[in-house]
Amino acid sequence: MADTIRRNDKKMAQGVDWVIVWLYALLVGVGIMCIFMVEYKPGVNIASSFLSGKTNYSKQLMFTSISVVLAMFILLADSKLFTAFANLLYAFGILLMLATFVLGKNINGSRSWISLGGGFNLQPAELCKIFTSLALAKYLSRQETDFSKLQSQIIGAIIALSPAVLSILQNETGLALVYFSFFVVMYREGLPPGLLVIGFSFGVLVIATLIVEPNILAVILTLIAGATIYFTKKARKRNKNLLVTIITVWVVCVGVQRFAVPYLFDNVFQCYQSTRIFSMVGKDYDCSQNKSAQKRIVDKEKAAKKPDDYNVRQSKIAIGSGGLIGRGFLKGTQTRGKYVPEQHTDFIFTSLGEAFGLAGCVAFLGVYLFLLIRIINTAEKQRSVFSRVYAYSVACILFFHITVNVCMTIGLFPIIGITLPFISYGGSSLLGFTILLFILLRLDADRNMVLR
Amino acid sequence: MSVFNQSRGGVIQIGFGLVFFIIIGQLINLQVFSTKYKLAAENNAIYRKVVYPDRGIIYDRHRKSILENTEMYDLVVIPVEARGVDTMGLCKLLEIDTIEFKKRLKDIAFKNGSVRPSVFEPLLSPEMFARLNENIYRFNGFSLNERSARIYPYNTAANILGYIAEVDSSFLRKHKDEGYETGDYAGMTGLERYYEKILMGRRGVKRFVRDNKGRIQDPLDNGKYDTTAVAGKNLHLNLDVELQQLGEKLMTNKVGSIVAIDPRTGGILCMVSAPTYNPNYLTGNQRRKHYGELALDPRLPLLNRTVSTKYSPGSTFKTLVGIAGLSEGVINESSRIGCSGAFYGCGNGKPKCLDPGYFNLREAIAHSCNTYFATVFKRILDQPQYGGADSGLKKFNTYAASFGLGKRLGVDVPSEKNGNLPTSPFYRKIFGRKWNSCNIISNSIGQGEVQTTIVQLANVMATIANKGYYYTPHLVDSIEGGDENHLLDSFKIKHVIKGVPDSVYEDVQNGMQAVMEFGTGAEAKVPGIVVCGKTGTVQNSAKVNGVMTKQKDHAFFGAFAPRDNPRIAIAMICENAGFGAASSAPIASLLIEKYLKDSIVGKERNARVVELTNKNLIPPLMKAALARMDSIRMVKLGLLQPKEVEPEDSIEEEVKIDSSASGGGSLIEEKEAPPVPKKQPQKPAPSNRSSAILPDNRKPKPVKKNVQ
Repeated sequence: MADTIRRNDKKMAQGVDWVIVWLYALLVGVGIMCIFMVEYKPGVNIASSFLSGKTNYSKQLMFTSISVVLAMFILLADSKLFTAFANLLYAFGILLMLATFVLGKNINGSRSWISLGGGFNLQPAELCKIFTSLALAKYLSRQETDFSKLQSQIIGAIIALSPAVLSILQNETGLALVYFSFFVVMYREGLPPGLLVIGFSFGVLVIATLIVEPNILAVILTLIAGATIYFTKKARKRNKNLLVTIITVWVVCVGVQRFAVPYLFDNVFQCYQSTRIFSMVGKDYDCSQNKSAQKRIVDKEKAAKKPDDYNVRQSKIAIGSGGLIGRGFLKGTQTRGKYVPEQHTDFIFTSLGEAFGLAGCVAFLGVYLFLLIRIINTAEKQRSVFSRVYAYSVACILFFHITVNVCMTIGLFPIIGITLPFISYGGSSLLGFTILLFILLRLDADRNMVLR
Repeated sequence: MSVFNQSRGGVIQIGFGLVFFIIIGQLINLQVFSTKYKLAAENNAIYRKVVYPDRGIIYDRHRKSILENTEMYDLVVIPVEARGVDTMGLCKLLEIDTIEFKKRLKDIAFKNGSVRPSVFEPLLSPEMFARLNENIYRFNGFSLNERSARIYPYNTAANILGYIAEVDSSFLRKHKDEGYETGDYAGMTGLERYYEKILMGRRGVKRFVRDNKGRIQDPLDNGKYDTTAVAGKNLHLNLDVELQQLGEKLMTNKVGSIVAIDPRTGGILCMVSAPTYNPNYLTGNQRRKHYGELALDPRLPLLNRTVSTKYSPGSTFKTLVGIAGLSEGVINESSRIGCSGAFYGCGNGKPKCLDPGYFNLREAIAHSCNTYFATVFKRILDQPQYGGADSGLKKFNTYAASFGLGKRLGVDVPSEKNGNLPTSPFYRKIFGRKWNSCNIISNSIGQGEVQTTIVQLANVMATIANKGYYYTPHLVDSIEGGDENHLLDSFKIKHVIKGVPDSVYEDVQNGMQAVMEFGTGAEAKVPGIVVCGKTGTVQNSAKVNGVMTKQKDHAFFGAFAPRDNPRIAIAMICENAGFGAASSAPIASLLIEKYLKDSIVGKERNARVVELTNKNLIPPLMKAALARMDSIRMVKLGLLQPKEVEPEDSIEEEVKIDSSASGGGSLIEEKEAPPVPKKQPQKPAPSNRSSAILPDNRKPKPVKKNVQ
């Protein structure tokens, strides 16, 4: 009996990357500290309130213990389990997401939660990130998959984006965007870089549309197209299709700029979403043009609210007031006064920025960057494609969450409900990221095995 | 898989690094280079709370506190917590109706938000507080907040002590750099105003962290930057509160003022301005009820007549003429001047003289002989060595000015008037270049253009008592904890009169003693004490419906006692009370007795007190104005038919008549009227208004301390 335990211990510890485990512990610890800063009230017995289970930080502590137990189970599990169940889990995840449409509970305006009873709610989209990573890894590691073929690329994209579509349908746009980070993984596995360039150019075009006067932008685009035609005289002679391509690109660009983007903002997005995106680039959005807002007025529901960037403003004030070295632990007035809404979840970074200033933020982001680079290095060490793809998925998901969340609090990105991994309060988020990371550690421990 | 893809791992890592770089760039921008976020955070989250210190207490010369602080309570409400409260029950306790209740709650929520505490009913009366305190637990969201208020335990010296009131915008403009804020209270009149800086103390500032709804959380950085409030310093007065009370009692239903000075120090022993008011009427929640009424009263109870009203000094001025005459050598103590019933030195038989005879200085003072002093005055002005009335008057004025006339003495109560000592340029304008002593002969008997305040007159008496020096009259003897602002320094300077030998004072004092022994003031003797005094009767007229009409004489009296080592010098006036010896002199004599003997001794003297107290000497013009105001009010209340009052009678007109009526002499009276609010009080109670403010009707307000 004792023998078995020792063997298990050995097995569990063997090959595990302890640096990542310590980074994980550090981040979770910082997270609990941040939640404590947000909720701290002077004169409360700290020890008892930590154990009471009533405050968010004590709940987070509880989630942490559950996560630790779960992490141990994962480390004890067999790596083959993950490859074996990858597709099944993915199917289960999609099913859960579909189930939300029936059983879903409306929290903060999105029907993406399933009530588990006892005050706990599960967000399937959060879990589905793990399942999608596994499924994508499984698909790409199949021997018969040749990812240089367009067909495989499209299948990969479908695997990655199906949960995103469901997420958008649940009105949880933020989480849907996470799934686009799988394109970075696919880029590593051979997706032509042109696609990413096109995607990036498209992003630039959309932002330019928001900032620049439509007619001026159209003129600029036309000039670029004309210049390209002029400078590719020789190439065009060799390749007759080039002119057609250039003209098509020009037509698409102008079409996007003149019609698609306004249509998107007026008809697809909710008024508040359009407002947030516009406010990020420093513009006001006229909600009276928004179809959903108009519909609301027609439905005699609440009139469209005045555009308000209260969240970002308060968040920027909190971070900005931190200065170089911060105001000190528990001394941030913005945090203490609860000026930043949702500070314990999506805006947790503000409490850190106010209390510890630029120095604290840089150190904190350094820890994150170190973790990400370490994960990518780990990925490149893998012998099996499954493990590598999975590791890249983990890195990309974490990267997307971190950058979007931080950019959101400092006004570089519109506000979408994206948590800060390991830091933000919330059981779903913490458990999700713990599972994600520890599966990677388990796979990495067995990196000499060939998994498919 | 394919090997070329391996390099893409590096590309991804660089991409990650770049994005983090951009984030850190924005963080540097936000946290290091922009200062506006720090400022915004301050504005957001830090709440400055001003902690008001207790104002200083004012004590009289026997260490009795005559102005102190009491705890009053505000009923405070937090509207969100007050939902579902027993409105009916609370309204019953507060004596308001539910409509008013709801209106107030709505206003508060509109003005101050519904999560912050706001004052629902300020400065509860002690009865109301007791009632609410028992029941407050029943009303969620309501609480009683302590605050300090002023209280006058002796109900006395209202005009001198003054009052505090909430500062208004004009006050804030005037005192821009003194750190007042809207909602502050500041001394407005009297000592409260003059010694405001000392009494107010230093305010403390506490900084709190405020949450997103404006609720106070807890001290910022555990109060590291807070300053503590420092209580105001206490003042010790020279005032004798019992003397003050007796003075006010004796001046019941009279218009006038009394100033008594300790000649040795210049300390003011009592300073009565009549009619006065109950100072407790202008504190706490009483103020709302009474201020309008007091401000509109034609008797001007808010006016401090001791320093702010100028009178022709009348015969009391003769003492000065005598001193100047003796010093200039135009007479000596045995010079005799005959009086046949009038002064014929100027050929017109003016001024007239009451007792014909052949007087020396002593007798002339005793009988207040006009001819004698007119002659002396004429002789001073016409002295050949000065070569003209111009220079002669200048010489005479130096005497008068050295006694403190013609300029502000610097008494430590606000709005002191300077009086008037007419100069030759002034007369040249009126009478031309060649004016002569006869033009201004009425000045010799204090009837002309010469004007003094009562405090100046009292100071003249003190100077004669001291035989040639005085200290500026002042109320405050000392400031507890030191006079850091050097407010009392000027009261320690000894003003010595030059060029007047002691013998001159002896001669004048002889005359003043004679006044009390067999002269005009014989009725005002104080048993067992040698008093030197001088009566005065001043003709005056007032404009009634545009015509100057002669009014009953003002009664003056100035005195000091005892003659050797004088301890009290006193001057007083009863407006329109007739002969000076009939009212003013006896009142002053009682006050002298009270001060020197500590009490009024003997049945007869006490009967005198009662008799004088009951005398009603309110000038007829004021009575008429009061009656008119009453009838206008009655009409407004619908108790009388409108036809009984003439429609052109407006209150403003009445007040104007009154202010000129109390003036002395022929010059236009300047008077500082208290600010009259434009709006009249809507519904004053008609029953007791005409007598509400008078001392005889004052009911001591029950003041409950520590009701809890």
